[in-house]
Amino acid sequence: MKFPVPHDIKAKAIPGTEGWERMYPYQYQFVTDDPVRNRYEKDTFWFYDGLHYPEPLYPFDTIWDEAWYLALSQYNNRIFMVPPVRGVDHRIINGYVYISPVPVKDPEEIGRRVPNFMERAGYYYKNWDALEAKWKVKMEATIRELEAVKIPRLQDMEDLRVVTDAIGESHGYHLLKNYDDLINLGIKCWQYHFEFLNLGYAAYVFFLDFVQKLFPSIPAQRVTQMISGIDVIMYQPDEELKKLAGKAIELGVDSVVTFSPEWKEVEAALKKLPKGVEWLKSLDLAREPWFNISTGTGWFHHDRSWNDQMNVPLSGIATYIGKIKQGVSIARPTEKVRAERDRITAEYRGLIEKEEDRKQFDELLGCAKTVFPYVENHLFYVEHWFHSVFWNKMREVAAIMKEHGVIEDIEDVWLLRRDEIKTALWDIVTAWATGVTPRGTKTWPKEIAWRKGVMQKFKEWNAPPAIGTAPELIQEPFTIVLWGVTNKSLADWASVQEVKDPGSITELKGFAGSPGVIEGKARVCRTVGEVGQLQQGEILVAPTTSPSWAPAFAKIGACITDVGGVMSHAAIVCREYGMPAVVGTGHATKIIKTGMRIRVDGSTGAVTITR
Amino acid sequence: MGSETGMIGRTAADRVNAAPLVCWFEECRKESTPLVGGKCSSLGELINAGVRVPPGFALTTEGYRRFMTQGANDRVVRSLLAGLDARDPDALAKASTQIRAAIEAQPFSLELEDLIAECYRRLGVRCCVPALPVAVRSSATAEDMPGASFAGQQDTYLWIRGVDDVLAHVRRCISSLYTERAIAYRAERGFGDAEVAMSVGVQKMANSFTAGVMFTIHPANGDRSVIVIDSNFGFGESVVSGEVTPDHFVVNKITLDIIDRTISQKQVCYTVDPVTQKSCAMEVPFERQRVQSLIDDEITQLAWMGKQIEKHYGCPMDIEWAVDKDLPSGGNIFILQARPETVWSSRRQSAVSGSAGTAMDYILSGMLAGKKVG
Repeated sequence: MKFPVPHDIKAKAIPGTEGWERMYPYQYQFVTDDPVRNRYEKDTFWFYDGLHYPEPLYPFDTIWDEAWYLALSQYNNRIFMVPPVRGVDHRIINGYVYISPVPVKDPEEIGRRVPNFMERAGYYYKNWDALEAKWKVKMEATIRELEAVKIPRLQDMEDLRVVTDAIGESHGYHLLKNYDDLINLGIKCWQYHFEFLNLGYAAYVFFLDFVQKLFPSIPAQRVTQMISGIDVIMYQPDEELKKLAGKAIELGVDSVVTFSPEWKEVEAALKKLPKGVEWLKSLDLAREPWFNISTGTGWFHHDRSWNDQMNVPLSGIATYIGKIKQGVSIARPTEKVRAERDRITAEYRGLIEKEEDRKQFDELLGCAKTVFPYVENHLFYVEHWFHSVFWNKMREVAAIMKEHGVIEDIEDVWLLRRDEIKTALWDIVTAWATGVTPRGTKTWPKEIAWRKGVMQKFKEWNAPPAIGTAPELIQEPFTIVLWGVTNKSLADWASVQEVKDPGSITELKGFAGSPGVIEGKARVCRTVGEVGQLQQGEILVAPTTSPSWAPAFAKIGACITDVGGVMSHAAIVCREYGMPAVVGTGHATKIIKTGMRIRVDGSTGAVTITR
Repeated sequence: MGSETGMIGRTAADRVNAAPLVCWFEECRKESTPLVGGKCSSLGELINAGVRVPPGFALTTEGYRRFMTQGANDRVVRSLLAGLDARDPDALAKASTQIRAAIEAQPFSLELEDLIAECYRRLGVRCCVPALPVAVRSSATAEDMPGASFAGQQDTYLWIRGVDDVLAHVRRCISSLYTERAIAYRAERGFGDAEVAMSVGVQKMANSFTAGVMFTIHPANGDRSVIVIDSNFGFGESVVSGEVTPDHFVVNKITLDIIDRTISQKQVCYTVDPVTQKSCAMEVPFERQRVQSLIDDEITQLAWMGKQIEKHYGCPMDIEWAVDKDLPSGGNIFILQARPETVWSSRRQSAVSGSAGTAMDYILSGMLAGKKVG
């Protein structure tokens, strides 16, 4: 399969963006001045990581890409010694991240890695539950540390305490240090993120692989259904909303909670009532940590949490109050879901003809079930809880930068790389200490204005799904399960590229996320803030969904997303509600318009626009 | 039906050797193959398993033998086949034509004619249709036997009405044992012509709006977790013969979801000619050619029936079915035929797991093998 040469793509710079390379780390560039590296880049297969990055990356947001570049690769290649694969290499073109698994080519080296892998990965698989319990302790401690990080404002005159306590350090120093702490905690959190994930995915991938060998036509969603946990913490935020809805009715304040969609007004009204105050206490208990759930994937600075946008959980609570009052049960049908999972597993197992295959099935299923809770649960700790706190800490840093005139708006900070922020903070503290104006006040605002224009042009650019030279074999478990790199997906990617006129498209293909067929009216919601417009029975079309979107699922008839696989949030929730979902369509939100009549076939992954 | 109808096919002489000349499908079980052939015994088995099958009766192998030993049949067959070189196409064609003409011209004995006519009349009463249209099809004893597939070597006649026509087509079915292909096939495989016995089934015609075939295993890859359905408008002939590219559905056997569907352009279908009351090919009106020939609810129901049939037999099945246009939905899907699937079932499959034991072993060997791309 032939794909464009990366360097040719890069050479055609979008007019007005020349010099964009300085917005990203230098090692992310495709190069022409180093023949050896250039050759490697041309011979390698790079695919666009649209799963994580539906939009071009802001310079600051590169932090998590670098964090997983390091963490995923080190666990594969230096810790667990996965025999045939090293890490996953990264590049950026026009803000879009391209990645590539790096194989171990020498068969002898692969052989040498095998015993190490068996010993190390074997240790984790064997002691999974105990190690996972330790992980939770480490992770929660890291989040507490993050919450404790103080971003100090610089005083005209330091406190007397600095002298009387003989502290010997200034706020300027603390600002630099605490910024470093913030960044280091973020990198540490992502070290933990991958401690279990590679092995977890490997267990899942090879259970999937085995079942698909037995049953070539089995939809991946059915395999996921056999192993997916029921008591996963990603459901907890939504459970809290249901509890709060019940509590509001019990206390008789439900009419106050629902009287306005504006949290500020509702909160003020509740504070005037004794029962309202009691309800607010319950709310506060739920908010930490559950309202740290992000309204996006948590990967980007613009993904805000429920705590940041209280109108979002408020609308969810209002929906549930309405349902309870109509006498509709809002409890998750866990017993039914479990029974169905067990039935499906038993029926498939019953169709296996060979005794040794049944034994292998049991082994792999057991392993996949052990690892799977982590695969789902880590998201809440890292992408949601940690990230939500982290982005707000960064906003505190940005507020200081704004105060000192280095940036014009808090949200401008994301246009700087994290090392540039460190440089700017040095500029600020030295100028503050000295009593002069930071040099950056004249340079950064101009640069930021230019970068904003570049980002806009990047957003309009169409990133090719794959570049470079396709390999014959892919052995890296993430590449297979998360990005679904297969012959079929490569062909689909190639065809998406050819679409010139989105208005002419009447059919979209995605992953069959949750079975069933339904026809209805589409409603495109780009952010969770728009879910309030959803009418009963409409089909939700979203870039992606996250647990904070959960209340929307109580209203809709089906769901379509741009990004995500059969294990994505939308697919999991729709399966639970028994409604169709087609996920990972690539560009549904661009092609489908609100009001269009569409047909969603969640069993085949087809979406048809009937207009 | 019970003993009263069971008595129909018996004469005083039969009561001694107890083999009836005709019998109803519901009196048959899968063990009845030597008496009524593969097709009819399987229909009996299905009816007794609670599957919806159009009713009918069979002229048994005993009835066949009685017919062949009467008149000149046996003698004609033996003399024409004696010394025949089955590799000589001209001689083969000549012998076949003469044997078939002789059989088709030979009237049934009054006894046999009476038995068949009486069953046909009762069938019409049961279905509340005078001059009931029926399908007359051969049901060979050697058919569907592993390694000796006679499938498609005997004839099926659809939309037959009236006693005389039924009798004539029963004879034609019998004579189809002596087509050139059948004679040559038996010669090649070393089956003696004298050992061959046949039963003929007479079954109420399903007035199909849509019909086709269903496999409870994926014919392309042997996947046992799916049911594959091919369908076209009209009678199933167009699908079985491969004359059209039918609509194609893949249903998940466990959840009964439709996981894949291909709607083809279906140019031809078989239906009944309203004037001659005969089955005939007709062009599907252009605007209907790309219409899904089986609605989703029917697909699900059919797949459910397939799953039950497989459960009853304990092995993957090859099934012919029809949706009757005269009956209300919910009770209008009929199974016309079901037999064990032979292609994948006869193939000895090796275990997928190979030599791997623990999950770790499988993960490692899987990683080393990698996933092919490109």
